[in-house]
Amino acid sequence: MDHPIKRDHARFRKIIKGKIRDNLRRYVSQGQQIIPKGTDKFTVPMPSIDIPRFKFGDKQQGGTGQGDGQSGDPVQGQPDPNGQPGQGEAGEGEGNKELEVELSLEELARILGEELELPNIEPKGKKSLKSTVDKYTNIGTSGPDSLRHLRRTYKQALKRQIASDSYNPENPTVVPIRRDFRYKSWQAKVENENAAVVIYMMDVSGSMGDEQKEIVRTESFWINLWLKSQYKDIEIRYIIHDATAKEVDEQTFFRTRESGGTLISSAFTLCKQIIDADYPPTEWNIYPFHFSDGDNWSADDTKLCLDLLDNHILPASNQFCYGQVESRYGSGQFLKDLMARYGQAHDKLTLSKIKNKEGILDSIKEFLGKGK
Amino acid sequence: MNRTKPISGKLLDLKNEIEGYAIEYGLDFFPQIFEVCDYDTVNILAAQGGFPSRYPHWRFGMDYDQLSKGYAYGLQKIYEMVINTNPCYAYLLQANNWVDQKIVMAHVYGHNDFFKNNAWFSGTNRKMMDVMANHGTKIRRYMERYGQDAVETFIDRVLSLENLLDMNELFETPELRRKRRQGSEGDSTTEEGEFTVDDRSQALKAFMRTKSRAEKRDKSQEVTTHDDSPEKPLQRPQRDVLGFLMEHAPCEEWQSDIIACLREEAYYFLPQRMTKIMNEGWASYWHSKIMTERALDSSEIIEFADKHAGVMVMSKQNINPYKVGIELFRDIEYRWNTGKFGKEYNDCTDMREKDAWDKRLGLGKEKIFEIRKSHNDISFIDEFLTPEFCERQQLFTYKHNPRTGRFEIDKRDFQAIKQKLLMQLTNFGQPVIQVEDGNFKNRRELLLRHIHYGVDLDMQYAHETLKNLYGIWRRPVNLATISEEKEVIFHFDGKEMKPLT
Repeated sequence: MDHPIKRDHARFRKIIKGKIRDNLRRYVSQGQQIIPKGTDKFTVPMPSIDIPRFKFGDKQQGGTGQGDGQSGDPVQGQPDPNGQPGQGEAGEGEGNKELEVELSLEELARILGEELELPNIEPKGKKSLKSTVDKYTNIGTSGPDSLRHLRRTYKQALKRQIASDSYNPENPTVVPIRRDFRYKSWQAKVENENAAVVIYMMDVSGSMGDEQKEIVRTESFWINLWLKSQYKDIEIRYIIHDATAKEVDEQTFFRTRESGGTLISSAFTLCKQIIDADYPPTEWNIYPFHFSDGDNWSADDTKLCLDLLDNHILPASNQFCYGQVESRYGSGQFLKDLMARYGQAHDKLTLSKIKNKEGILDSIKEFLGKGK
Repeated sequence: MNRTKPISGKLLDLKNEIEGYAIEYGLDFFPQIFEVCDYDTVNILAAQGGFPSRYPHWRFGMDYDQLSKGYAYGLQKIYEMVINTNPCYAYLLQANNWVDQKIVMAHVYGHNDFFKNNAWFSGTNRKMMDVMANHGTKIRRYMERYGQDAVETFIDRVLSLENLLDMNELFETPELRRKRRQGSEGDSTTEEGEFTVDDRSQALKAFMRTKSRAEKRDKSQEVTTHDDSPEKPLQRPQRDVLGFLMEHAPCEEWQSDIIACLREEAYYFLPQRMTKIMNEGWASYWHSKIMTERALDSSEIIEFADKHAGVMVMSKQNINPYKVGIELFRDIEYRWNTGKFGKEYNDCTDMREKDAWDKRLGLGKEKIFEIRKSHNDISFIDEFLTPEFCERQQLFTYKHNPRTGRFEIDKRDFQAIKQKLLMQLTNFGQPVIQVEDGNFKNRRELLLRHIHYGVDLDMQYAHETLKNLYGIWRRPVNLATISEEKEVIFHFDGKEMKPLT
């Protein structure tokens, strides 16, 4: 049985997760607070969940220290000016500790899922796609020397020697013989293959400002998080466009700013090409996302877009999502056009209007709430 | 589930060796038990205040989380844990190297001697391990009966007030209390009179008391149903806030009992909070002495010096109790050996003469043993801090500069340093807050008063704390304090806190 403190620990984690859930809106709308750590861990800063006590206000208190320096020199190890300084109390470790909590991808995604009441995604007809993977999780009595498991071999030898009373604790020499040898061996595991690809498209023409991009970045972080928790394999592709489209990496995606006009069809065309080339719809769950401020060059181009959607992108995708970020310059026309064509309740197309950072969470819910 | 095991073999031999040195130097300690464990166990023990078994609470889990992370990232490592019990238990980290184990053992004998002999520890229950385990069992049972959430919430509230203690309670014995009670309340029924020899735990007694109180309440209600019997006015302010709540808050039996348990634990830890500098200084003094004069092998000197220096590192942000403690003990020993104290020395104005002052009194050792018996950090600093010491130790005060937004070195003046240090140590670093009235405005509201020594309370924390206090008192609570140089009473009515006008 585990030590009872593990229960206290679990309780603590539960409280933490509850806090994050309660404050999810704040975490989401303030963007960069959650820091990815490695591939599937995240660090979440927590406002201290200390037990409140009567205590002195820090600023007035000051303190005593040891070391050189003259009057007016800063005390080393400065807490940041806005934050709360460590207490000058003699040794009692009750300073303000900013708590940093580590959460796994699953945990964070579950919090998002619970808060937004997101349904699990039903991957489209890929159940038949199974693959067998060999995993070396077994131990066998025969095999090649290169797979010999030394520790198990010696353990076996030790067991045998103790059993046959040839083990001498004073002189613990353990010599394995042929039948003690143990080898790593494999076990075949059947895994359901459901791979997904997310294709982000973003308008980087002049009218999309930094704030708009920040919204897209935050939104894509949470969308990725959720999809990653739902699919074993996930690929993410990025397309930026103004009047022409090109595929870029993540860094570039969020940094680029062009000044040209806007032809949304250029992005859709590239998207179609990527799908055609790499992601046969029968094997992949495909999620194209398009973010823009709703300006398109001409009604003709919009017509071309609708064409591409109807004939290529929508049939291939699980869901196509269009997020319109409000900007000072954007007309928001594209959303209206899509709305006029498909209506709010289209099976495969989800439209969302993101007013500002506060709107991110609701928009995520609109995108992912269909469980597709 | 044995996570710790007694030492054996070479470590046991080492223990016997070190114990021999400790006796030789005149240390007087409880029987010492060392056990070894792995780092995870040390983290668990540290999170639980050194004790293997505590009541269930998320805070222990939080501390454990932080300690484990600190260890995993190599930021911190706990070498030893020692707890004030008889026999005295100490835990060694299995992975410590040999020199570490030596230092730790020598250090532990210092703590052990201090626990046994310092007057402020004289009232602590040396069977605290059992007491803590019993509290755990009891609270677990309450959780089963009343629900984990209800009990946990209540514990959260009580913990919020855990630092509002009266250090005079440390010398309170049942006899004293009874005497005073009978003196002040002539009519007091002999609630506790039945137990003449009373070595039951505080918590148990409290439990029995609430029971009899409840019975009494029932009776009085039978007799005069419309008499709400307002609490008698307090004869004098009470600093033992938890004690007050235990007796007067409208609590269920189990709630009073939980207050009693947590109060007992808080008082158990109180002497350690009051003697941090002395206790660590004393233990460091002895590990240093035992190691350098006896236990060290010549090949181990560099490593010892490295480790010792790591413990003694000075900080600009606050004073290191190990460092200030050991240096002050050494300074006192030196002064009493040479006679650099008293009127004659202080009145001497010739600096050269003062410097060469040596009366060859040899009273140093006697003096430091005497000090470790009768002082706490406040009296220790108050009596033995000297201007020369402050200068040698490069002590300074710092304060916040609102213009630059940082903390800056303020003064190196002896009086200023001493004053600041004493202020930090007053009431073990916690604000002094007392109960003044349990029937404020004749409306059964609670009035607390913050005795203001120049530093305001953090009002945000105060707000949260009042919320928790309200949860126990279940009537509006008031806090009188000084905020931004104005006297003010904050009133919390269960919804919001606002100043009374």
